[in-house]
Amino acid sequence: MAAGFTNFGNHLYTGERSFDFIGKRRIWYVIASVMIIVSILIPIVKGGFNFGIEFRGGSQFQISSIAEQPTQQPAIDAVADIVPEAVARVTTVGDSGVRVQTDQLTDDQTRALTKELATTYDVPETEVATSFIGATWGADVTRQAIQGLVAFLLIAAVLMALYFRTWKMSVAALVSLLHDLIITAGVYALIGFEITPAAMIGFLTILGYSLYDTVVVFDKIRENTAEDASSTRRTFGESVNLAVNQTLVRSINTGIVAALPVASILFIGAFAFGADTLRDISVALLIGILVGTYSTIYIGAPLYAHFREGEPAIRKHDLRAQAAKTKAADSADAEAAEVTA
Amino acid sequence: MAKSTPAKKAWRSLTWLGVLIVGLIGLNLTGVLTGGGSWAPKLALDLEGGTQIILAAETSGGQSISGEQLDQAVSIIRQRVDASGVSEAEINTQGGQNIVVSIPGEVDEETRNRIEASAKLEFRPVLVAAQPSAQSVGEDGTATPAPTPDPGLATTPSVSPTDASDMNQITPALQAEYDAFDCANVDSTVVAPADEPLVTCEVDGSIKYILGPVEVSGENIADATNGQVQTQTGATTGEWAVNIVFDGTGTKAFAEVTTRLAGLQGAQNQFAIVLDGSVISAPRTLAVITDGKPQITGSFTQDTSKVLADQLKFGALPLSFTVQSSDTISATLGSSQLQSGIIAGIIGLILVGIYTLFQYRLLGMVTLASLVVAAVLTYLVIAIMSWREGYRLSLAGVAGLIVAIGFTADSFIIYFERVRDELRDGRGLESAVEAGWKRALRTVYAAKGTNLLAAVVLYILAVGNVKGFAFTLGVTTVIDVLVVIIFTHPMLQLLAQTRFFSSGHPLSGLDPNALGAVYRGRAEFRKPVSLPAGKAASSAREAAKRKTIAERKAELASSAAGPSTKNDGKDS
Repeated sequence: MAAGFTNFGNHLYTGERSFDFIGKRRIWYVIASVMIIVSILIPIVKGGFNFGIEFRGGSQFQISSIAEQPTQQPAIDAVADIVPEAVARVTTVGDSGVRVQTDQLTDDQTRALTKELATTYDVPETEVATSFIGATWGADVTRQAIQGLVAFLLIAAVLMALYFRTWKMSVAALVSLLHDLIITAGVYALIGFEITPAAMIGFLTILGYSLYDTVVVFDKIRENTAEDASSTRRTFGESVNLAVNQTLVRSINTGIVAALPVASILFIGAFAFGADTLRDISVALLIGILVGTYSTIYIGAPLYAHFREGEPAIRKHDLRAQAAKTKAADSADAEAAEVTA
Repeated sequence: MAKSTPAKKAWRSLTWLGVLIVGLIGLNLTGVLTGGGSWAPKLALDLEGGTQIILAAETSGGQSISGEQLDQAVSIIRQRVDASGVSEAEINTQGGQNIVVSIPGEVDEETRNRIEASAKLEFRPVLVAAQPSAQSVGEDGTATPAPTPDPGLATTPSVSPTDASDMNQITPALQAEYDAFDCANVDSTVVAPADEPLVTCEVDGSIKYILGPVEVSGENIADATNGQVQTQTGATTGEWAVNIVFDGTGTKAFAEVTTRLAGLQGAQNQFAIVLDGSVISAPRTLAVITDGKPQITGSFTQDTSKVLADQLKFGALPLSFTVQSSDTISATLGSSQLQSGIIAGIIGLILVGIYTLFQYRLLGMVTLASLVVAAVLTYLVIAIMSWREGYRLSLAGVAGLIVAIGFTADSFIIYFERVRDELRDGRGLESAVEAGWKRALRTVYAAKGTNLLAAVVLYILAVGNVKGFAFTLGVTTVIDVLVVIIFTHPMLQLLAQTRFFSSGHPLSGLDPNALGAVYRGRAEFRKPVSLPAGKAASSAREAAKRKTIAERKAELASSAAGPSTKNDGKDS
C-alpha cells in the first residue's frame, strides 16, 4: 500500500496521472456554493447555534468523583429544592460526573445548592466545582475574537500579496478560508455541540491552518508558473493543475498527520470526564483541517487560475501553448503512423 | 574536500542544537537552584484546581476606562488580595476592561467580598496621627497587649462637633478602637461611612490616624499631574510635586477645608487622601487654596509623584467592580483534565509515528526523532517561561501543544516530498537533499510565517484561554522551524552519506527506483516502458531542462564521439 502510494506520487509528479482540478472547476464551484448555502441554512433551520453557558450566562456546578454511575434525577430534585424557579439543565459526564447548569443564582443559593448536591451524590463539597458566568462575558470574548479575525485576515492578505507578488493569490486564499469557516460552523450547528470558548479557539485555529495549507500549495504553484513562464507548452491552468497534483501527496499526508492528534484529542475528550475543553477544540479543528485541506485543492487553486487566466499576457501564452499542442499532437499522430507502417 | 562540506555543516548545526539544549537546561537549572524555577511547568487553574474571578471594572459615570485606570484598579485589587493573606494569587488584566483574579484553592466569602468592593478616593481631615503600635508599653517597660475596646464605652460625642476637625468627635469608643488598631489589619471593605470618623493607617503601615468625616470626594478631582515645581519666573526648581485640579464643587469644598486647616496646629493641620481605606498621602496645609489648584510637595521623586498623581486621577473616576464570571475547579477535576490531555497527546504522537513510518519507512525515524527534539525544546522553553514570565499551562495550552504535533510533522513532510521530487528528477541523493532543502525551506518559511502571524494576532487580541492556546501555538511554530533547520536537515545530510540511504535501499524511503526517477545521470534516461510516446518525451524534456551545465557538456561530448542515446532531450 505504501509502495502503491509512492507510485501514485510518482505518477502525479510526472503528470502521467493527473486529476483535473482546474478544468472541472465549475463542478467544484457548484459543490462549494451548495455546501455554503446548506451550512448557512442549517443554523437557521435549527433555530440558531447552541450557545454554551459562557454566552448565555448562568451558574454551573460540576460534581466529580461520584462513586456509582450517577443519574440526573437527584440533581434535578436538588435544584427544585433550593431554587424552585430555576430551570436546570443536567447532564451526566463520563461515568462519575454530573454537570448542572442553571440560571444565574445568588451567592447564597450557589452555596446552598453546592451543599445539597454534595450530600445528594455523597461526595465531599470540594468535589463540586462551581462557576458563575455573567451574560456579557461571552459577548466580550466574541467581540475580541471577531476583532482578531478581521485583523488577522487583513494582515495575512497583505503579507501574502507581498510574498507571492500578486493579490489574486490573497483573494483566492481568503475565499477558500471563508468557505472553510462557514462550512465548519455549519457542521458544528448540525451536530449541535455547544459553542463554548474552547470551540472558538478551534475556529480561530482553523484560520491559521487553512491559510497555512493554502500557502504551501500556492508556493508550489508560484514555483511552477514562474519556472515555466513562457517556455512551456502548458497553459497557465495546466501549470497550476500540475502543481496541485505534485503536492497532492503532501496534502494528503499533511491532512492525515494533522488530523490524527486532533482526532485522538476528540476521542479522549468525548469519553474522558471533564475534558470538554479538549472535545470542543478538537471537533471544530478536525472539521476545519479536513475542509481546509479540501478547499485548497478544490477552491483556492482553481480560483487562482480563474483570476489569472483573464490577464492579456497569460491569455496570449495560453493560446500559443494550445496551438503548439495541436501541432504536436498532429506530428505525434504522423510519427505513430510511421511506426505502425 | 568539497564533498565533506555538507557533512561538516551538518555536524556544526547539530553541535549548535546540543549547545542550545544544554543552554536551556542550564538556564532552567539556575532557576531551580535559585528558587522560583521548577522542572515542571506551572499549571493554570483549570489543571491545578482553584478559583478564578473575572471582574469588570466600571466607572460610576459609565465612561470608558483607560489603561492607566485599569492598572490602578489591578494594583488596588492586588493590595486587597495580599491583605487577605492569600498567597500566590495572580491578577491580570484582560481585554481592556476586565481584571482576572486567579487564586489557587478555595476562596472564603470574606476575601471574595473584599475583592468585589468598589474603590473610592476621599479627602478627610486628620484628627490624630501617631506612630502605630498595637501594644502599649507599661511602666515596667514590658509590653502589654492593648486592651480590646470595651463595648460599653460611649460612641456618641458628649459635645456635638462643630466642624470636621473638631476633636470632640473622638469619643472614648473611637479612642479605644484607635489604641487597639493594628496597621497590619486595615480592612479596605469596612471604610467608615462618609460622615463618620475613620481609624486607619498609611498604606505602608508607618503612621496611624484618626480621620474626620469626608470633606471632598475623589469624584471632584478634574485632573492630577506630576511635574517639577516652578518659581514665579517659570524656572524649575528640580523639586517634584503633584498638582491637583478640582472641579467647581471640589474647589469650593477644598477652599473651606484649607481655610479651616491652615489655622490649626500639629496633626490637625494635615488632610489625608484616603484610597480604598488606606491613607496614601497626608500633606500639611500651608495656605488657603481658593482656586482649586493645590500643589502637594515634599520629598517626592519623579516616580513617587507620578504614582500619587495616578492614584488621584483614578479617584476622579471611581471604579466599581462587577463579577463577570467566577469559576471554581476542584483539584481532582483539574488533574483528570491534565491526564486526559497527556493521554491524548501520547496517542496522537503514536498515531503520527505509525503513519510516518508507514509512509516514509526509515525516513520516518527522522521525523520521530525531530518531533522528540521539538518536544524537548518546547518543554524546556515552557518551563523557563513559567519561571521567568509566570506563564501557566492551561488545558487550552495543552491542546495547542497536541495540535502542534501535526503542524510540526508537516514541515518534515514538505521537506521529504521535495527531496523525493528531486530524486524523481534523477538527482543523486546528496544533491537531491541540498536542492530539495532550498525549495522546501522557502515554503516552510512562508507557511510557518502564516501560522506564526495567526498565533501572534490571537495572542495580542484574544483573552484568557485563547491566549494560552495562541502562546503554545506560537512557541511550537518557532521551535518547529528551528528544529527543521538545525536538526532534520543536518540529519538528512548525514544520512545521505551512508550507504544504506545513498544506495537507495528499499526501506530507506528514498529509493530512486521506487520513486520512478526518469533521469539517471550522465544523460542516460531510463525509458519509462509503459508511457505513451508523448508523455515520455515530455518527461524527458522536463529532466533535460533541469540538467546542469556539466551534464550538458558531457552530453555534447558523447554525442560528438559516437551514437547518442535514443532520447536525447532537445529543448523544443
